[in-house]
Amino acid sequence: MAVIGEPDRSATRSRRRREVVFRMSTLVALVLVVGPAAWILLGVVLRALPHWRWSVLVTPTQGAAGGLSNAILGTLALMAGVLVVAGTLGVLAGVFLSELAPVTGRRWSVTGILHSATDVLAGVPSITLGFVGYLALVLALHWGYSLLPAVLVLSVMVVPYIAKSTESALRQVPTSYREGAEALGMRQGYALRKLVLRSAMPGVATGLLIALAISSGETAPLLYTAGFTNTLPKAALIHHPVAYLTYPVWNFYDYPTPAAHYLAYDAALVLLALVLILLIAARLVVARTQRYADR
Amino acid sequence: MAILGGATGAAPPASPVKAMRRASLARRIATAGLAHESRVWKIGGWLAASVPLGSLVFILVVLGHKAWPSVIVNGTHFFTGSAWKPGSTYGTTVHTHGFAHPAGSSYGAWPLIAGTLQTSAIAVVLAVPISLGAAFALTERLPGWLSRPLGFAVEILAGIPSVVIGLWGVLTLGPILAQDVYPAIADHMPDVPVLSYFRNPVGHGEGLLTTGLVLGLMIVPIITATTCDLFSQVPPLPKEGGLALGMTDAEVARRVTLPWVRTGIIGATLLGLGRALGETMAVAMISGAALNTISPNVFGTMGTIAAAIVTQLDSSFTDGTGFATSALAEAAVVLVVITVLANLVARLIIARSARHGVPVGRAG
Repeated sequence: MAVIGEPDRSATRSRRRREVVFRMSTLVALVLVVGPAAWILLGVVLRALPHWRWSVLVTPTQGAAGGLSNAILGTLALMAGVLVVAGTLGVLAGVFLSELAPVTGRRWSVTGILHSATDVLAGVPSITLGFVGYLALVLALHWGYSLLPAVLVLSVMVVPYIAKSTESALRQVPTSYREGAEALGMRQGYALRKLVLRSAMPGVATGLLIALAISSGETAPLLYTAGFTNTLPKAALIHHPVAYLTYPVWNFYDYPTPAAHYLAYDAALVLLALVLILLIAARLVVARTQRYADR
Repeated sequence: MAILGGATGAAPPASPVKAMRRASLARRIATAGLAHESRVWKIGGWLAASVPLGSLVFILVVLGHKAWPSVIVNGTHFFTGSAWKPGSTYGTTVHTHGFAHPAGSSYGAWPLIAGTLQTSAIAVVLAVPISLGAAFALTERLPGWLSRPLGFAVEILAGIPSVVIGLWGVLTLGPILAQDVYPAIADHMPDVPVLSYFRNPVGHGEGLLTTGLVLGLMIVPIITATTCDLFSQVPPLPKEGGLALGMTDAEVARRVTLPWVRTGIIGATLLGLGRALGETMAVAMISGAALNTISPNVFGTMGTIAAAIVTQLDSSFTDGTGFATSALAEAAVVLVVITVLANLVARLIIARSARHGVPVGRAG
């Protein structure tokens, strides 16, 4: 017969056991996330470093050997193009969606439709964007494998991302800033540029950096729009193929020659370095603004 | 003059009249610019914000136009047939329903559709519990000096290009799994339903399970990052209340934190699913990129729609009638429809939850 007030020890024990299992499993899960990330990074770095030559950075690809200077410059050219095209369109779209779009209570508003379209486009697989770019820009418009279709396809891919990050950065700017600007008689456009956008700049910059990291690591949309070439990028928007860093990884990993394998791993290493630099830069921007905000 | 001092006041004016004239001109330009600036923002914003909608329409029109011959000629066979046959591209051309295609060509995408769904299902089933556990560890359990760098590690995992993950998957992970892990599993599996899918042969490490594992790895950061955001939005008071009532951490997690963000987690899962469905390069490298095979067990080679597009698009142009490209375009439309559906369902769930429920006692 149980005495009232005496704790049920078996229940306590099973609860304690469940608690230990819970704590252990969260840690195991974390290890399962971080472990493979470290494994991938180390795996690629350790396979690339033993035969690493700095000349890879300055010699162009020759067949399935040589260096990567053409691909590095091509990737930088693509990133610059994406920064100009997608940066402009994405930031403008974000500003519009956050600040200027008409707000109505109705279910089907123009703003709502534009919003949903941005979300839906973010979910469209990048290979289909490349497919469309190939059919419409490379073939139908006779642009051939070249810089412009590649930049356009990559831009369409990252515009939703930049728009979203810009929008959320702008939403964190206090409303009182806008009210203050209006009370001082500033026009909306001027207040946007000088006050609202400037306050949101760190968030916008972070979004742009991460969008660049995404686009520099993409392959599927580029295979059928940029082509590949062993020569350095030319100052031409169309009719001249552009090399990029993900191509050697994809194309040379199953070649029979060791030189091709080396090149694939070298390209992977350079890519990882590039992406890491961009991600760390994004982190630094955030850390810097947080330090200011804390003061 | 005073307002525009920066623009015109640098040099001392020679004559007051001239200075006034210059000032008024500068001011006129400035005010005109300011008056137009709002309009420029608005017009530019309208145009830029319409780009995603325009792109979506453009994508569907281009793909739909290209896919039309395949839709008409292949009919429902496209979804049920399991042979991807280009026919004899150097042989005779025949006409069906007015569309030219090589004799003997017929396209069934069922293995690709099934492969897409199978790999994504494996990825989601593996990734969701791991992501939830990792997010709990990062937001609730670990101190900041430890969780911040580990959070950055998750961000790095999200940023690793998919070809690099594919390279690692096919040359490092796959061989290890095929030599040491898969045989150990396959040799000890009993021949009963479900578990029989894990029996021999184990293959060479390129196939369904390896692809699912790597895809899971690729969507883990997405789900983890979203879940971390969700968990940190749960107000501390209900959690502390639970602890004060004598609940363990596990019980608080199960009865307070998870119900609070349940719909958000479903949304995050579906976003991860969308990414897994459309992932191309890693799958093309790791799955074996087969066209006509549904893997008989979890180890065999197979293919997905995205991998088929990237590996077949080049060679589809040997078909002079364009019918092979048309079939690929139809496959692409199917892929877009599947991913967009997953996305829309995610948004619907999130929107519905936002409309209904403010849980009791939610404090700012």
